[in-house]
Amino acid sequence: MIALNIAWTHLTSRKRQTAVSLVGVVLGVAFFLAVSALMRGSEKDFITRLIDNSPHITVSDEFRTARLQPARLRWPDDLVEIAGLRPNNETRGIRGWRYRLGQIESLPGLKAAPVLVGSAVLLFAGQEQGISLSGIVPARMRGVSSIEEKLVEGSLDDLEANPGGIIIGAGLAEKFSLRRGSTVNLVAGGGSNRSLTVVAIFRTGNAGYDESQTYVLLKRAQLLLGRPDRVNRFIIKLADASQALLVASRIEAMGTYKAVSWAEASEDILNVLFVRNVIMYSVVSAILLVASFGIYNTLSTIVMEKTRDIAILKSVGFQARDIRHIFVLEGLIVGTLGSVLGLAVGAGLMQLMASVQIRPPGGTAMVNLPVWWGGEQFLIAAGFALLSCLLAAWLPARKAGRLHPVDILRGAT
Amino acid sequence: MSVVLRAQGLHKILAGDVPTTLIKDVDLEISAGEFVCIMGPSGSGKSSLLYLLGLLDVPTHGTIALDGVNTQGFNDAQLTQLRLEKLGFVFQFHFLLSEFSVLDNVCLPMRRLGRWPEAQCHERAMSLLTRLGVAAQASKLPSQLSGGQRQRVAVARALANDPLILLADEPTGNLDTVASANVRQILHDLTRELGKSVIAVTHDPKFAAGADRRINVVDGQIDPDWQPL
Repeated sequence: MIALNIAWTHLTSRKRQTAVSLVGVVLGVAFFLAVSALMRGSEKDFITRLIDNSPHITVSDEFRTARLQPARLRWPDDLVEIAGLRPNNETRGIRGWRYRLGQIESLPGLKAAPVLVGSAVLLFAGQEQGISLSGIVPARMRGVSSIEEKLVEGSLDDLEANPGGIIIGAGLAEKFSLRRGSTVNLVAGGGSNRSLTVVAIFRTGNAGYDESQTYVLLKRAQLLLGRPDRVNRFIIKLADASQALLVASRIEAMGTYKAVSWAEASEDILNVLFVRNVIMYSVVSAILLVASFGIYNTLSTIVMEKTRDIAILKSVGFQARDIRHIFVLEGLIVGTLGSVLGLAVGAGLMQLMASVQIRPPGGTAMVNLPVWWGGEQFLIAAGFALLSCLLAAWLPARKAGRLHPVDILRGAT
Repeated sequence: MSVVLRAQGLHKILAGDVPTTLIKDVDLEISAGEFVCIMGPSGSGKSSLLYLLGLLDVPTHGTIALDGVNTQGFNDAQLTQLRLEKLGFVFQFHFLLSEFSVLDNVCLPMRRLGRWPEAQCHERAMSLLTRLGVAAQASKLPSQLSGGQRQRVAVARALANDPLILLADEPTGNLDTVASANVRQILHDLTRELGKSVIAVTHDPKFAAGADRRINVVDGQIDPDWQPL
């Protein structure tokens, strides 16, 4: 308590210097917070877009590893040599998909939809375009895929109502000047040919997707591709996207079919984001580090000016430890006050940035700066500020604790 | 009378390129309630001896026993604790903490020791200030006091933890005649009324005249024959 009393008195008796160090910490914490909120916000925004345009987990009719031969299964520990091996021809598609889908849906916190994916060629007015054909059950796609939100004309219900309907992307529509109600011819991989009516048009903003992706009803796709009652993909949406890796491995464990999570599929991008975070945190930490020099400076000055006081305190019976406490406390006081004020100023900056609308170069729509309000970065900013203040205070404090009263008394008397 | 401080074979040598001997082979004993003056020419090692006796410094050789406790081999923390409990210091310059009131300055050692609750610290401090005639200044800052008043506050602080021995380094060296007579009188009274031992370094023959005993230090050694000019 006496140490706190003395520390407080030291700081308040030199208001200007204390204020300068305090402003340093406040600005440091505020910028740390604002910049990290913006960077983390843009990261989350990016990931959301990344995830939205693809399912969280895709289960496909593939295996990660070739099937083991019966001989190897029968004698796993013995030497079995099989030469000239070729894996058995599998029937394409997920076997017993209704049962497996039911199994997957029994897991908590997810929604799944069956899809049959194949390729086809679209013929219209003498032109051809290779497309990717997805057979879907519209009711099941809701809440799993974002396709419904991307529709600019028509709806999923139109597809449900019209078994001969097809949903195409805006890129394809522009290319062939198609609109709702236009009729196109589709030639599928199996060779079957069918004319379909455009019932809806979507726009995702991804050019490749908008030009080559189409959706038809699952039954229609099964007929077109000549694979009745089969699907070859489950797409899965999770309530919490960050659980994707875990859930994917659980699904794989129950079915052996390959389940790829978005995190696995986009590992390279996540790595880039991680590196970006490392860079960002190093830069904003540097701000706080510089601010801590202000504290170091102030405390060093106080130690120099207060050598006589330190000599008195020591001669009266204050331990080196007590003296150190005084100066460490001074650093902590500045750090704590600076953090609290800095978080408030930083939150203000974040509010300001979140309200700014800008039009990116080449963009068509106004966007808000993505600011993330996560509590974790508040903790990181305050924690790092306190740590650097503690460090900045420790050096002068140690020096003060080491001062020898006799040296000072000799110099003074 | 019981011996409160016993020094035997004290040597203090400052290490360096040319080692300097500050104190050479000093033996002395201080009894309870004794008023001892240390005198000697400038640079003779009076203050160095006082710092050794006050456990502010450690001797190169020799032992110091305070209240029967041999301090040889004690570390800094142990010596500091002994100072806190058993010794009080008054320096030539008042050495009060300038940002704290007179009362807080006197309370400081008591708060560190933690033997008395805060209310009792205040009470004790006020009674010491009253005894030394500066109670009216209790809430002032040291800078608002005269030199004599400050030195009396310093004495009050030195007495705060009820020490065995009061060590004073030229306590009147920086005061005018009236103020130094006053401080001198106070230190004398302390030995009589409170039974404290006082060890004071001084240049002032008048100050020394009232002492029970005079110890002369010349060139770091005790010299009974030396006379002040």
